Amino acid sequence: MTTRYTKDHEYVRVEGDAGIVGISDYAQSQLGDVVFVELPSVGKTLAKGDEAAVVESVKAASEVYAPVSGEVVEVNSELEASPGTVNEDPAGRGWFMKIRLTNQSELDGLLTEEQYQEFVKSIS
Amino acid sequence: MAEPAHSDQPLLQTPLHAAHVALGARMVPFAGYDMPVQYPTGILTEHTWTREHAGLFDVSHMGQAFLVAEDKSHETVAKALEALVPADVLSLKPNQQRYSQLTAEDGGILDDLMVTRVGAPGHEGWLYVVVNASMKAADYTHIQARLPKGVTLAPKDDLALMALQGPSAESVLAKLAPAVAELPFMMSADVQIDGIACHVSRSGYTGEDGFEISCRAEDAARLWDRLLSDPEVKPIGLGARDSLRLEAGLCLYGHDIDAATSPIEAGLIWSIQKRRREEGGFPGASRIQREIKDGSARVRVGIRPEGRAPAREGAIITTPDGREVGIVTSGGFGPTVNAPVAMGYVSRDVSALGTDLHLVVRGKPLPAKVAAMPFAPHHYKR
Repeated sequence: MTTRYTKDHEYVRVEGDAGIVGISDYAQSQLGDVVFVELPSVGKTLAKGDEAAVVESVKAASEVYAPVSGEVVEVNSELEASPGTVNEDPAGRGWFMKIRLTNQSELDGLLTEEQYQEFVKSIS
Repeated sequence: MAEPAHSDQPLLQTPLHAAHVALGARMVPFAGYDMPVQYPTGILTEHTWTREHAGLFDVSHMGQAFLVAEDKSHETVAKALEALVPADVLSLKPNQQRYSQLTAEDGGILDDLMVTRVGAPGHEGWLYVVVNASMKAADYTHIQARLPKGVTLAPKDDLALMALQGPSAESVLAKLAPAVAELPFMMSADVQIDGIACHVSRSGYTGEDGFEISCRAEDAARLWDRLLSDPEVKPIGLGARDSLRLEAGLCLYGHDIDAATSPIEAGLIWSIQKRRREEGGFPGASRIQREIKDGSARVRVGIRPEGRAPAREGAIITTPDGREVGIVTSGGFGPTVNAPVAMGYVSRDVSALGTDLHLVVRGKPLPAKVAAMPFAPHHYKR
């Protein structure tokens, strides 16, 4: 199981041919209290970099981009009732969607956990 | 995710800047100042704390000034201000406060402000005004250019201002200055708090009972710490200030009101007292009096989106069949109502309570209804 990050603070945790997508702990801390998450519909095909979801904090709306290409096979509908889960457990219960990867090699272009933590240090 | 924009402008600091940083606030540029948007517990917690206990806000970035008549006559200074605002300033009693607007010749709003007739002995003929941070330079220029001989404007940059808001505000402040318990809404008093000279008014901008407290800048940090030492009080940033005032249905200058909106369109007719409505004599009176009589073509309304998605400022408002009828001027999540809330301007024909509308959020029309404001009930101490 590997987790890769984008410089836009999305993560994708790869499990077989699927990737679980969410936003990093750093991202949720920057956003503040999340009050709404707009998720894509299951079956939607996303290209890497496409707008995949919208996360709204009390203050503002932010786009979440697909870190990899693929088809949305599942979304975390629990976020509808409890969007605050994104703040509480972004890497766990606060996941956004599961994508069936169409191009595994895209993962090589993303940051490793270590690289991402270095990147966060450099911008904060 | 998109990164927030940063400004490279050098930012001003309020006398409480170091206190915010020490409390771990997230500081952001606001109206030229480096201001706390939230403290570590976050906006939702701060919002709820203010509604249930007492929140302490630094509003020292706002402009505080005195209008002073040389002849020490209230009538002189009141008439000078009445030439610029539609409120009845003349009838203010000593220590009484009113909300008003600086209006333009075309009836648009140049800024909104609070005006108080100073009650301290020896200061007859003084008015105390508080204007928005983002507009204070323009306001001062505007006012100064239009004052008659014998009336002067004295900006007071050496004053700090903080707001203590919420149901516990009275008990907290009355422990330090018992006289404030007796103050009715929109009245003020000069009190000593721990030896600090303070001007306290029973007002604020959250919909809660509470006070705005002005003191000398050099005393601000000590007063701030004293108020925060009460377990009922927590510091509250600009983020919750905005969600609180939105739920209270209160206008934010530059968003819900601006030079293109008249006080009547904005639903602020209550701030224009009877004598002024009839007599006029303020900038824009011809339009404002006409709109009082005939109604304005568009009006500010409260809006409740039906789903969970907040509609933000700038969202287009349409009828269910797609006719564009207005725009959202403030919108977001209302923590007290636990739902999205918004306000905006719509054509008068679709402004009745309960009217079905659509708000276009990210290209999608989402159902909403015209709703009564405030979204969260006011708790002013009348």
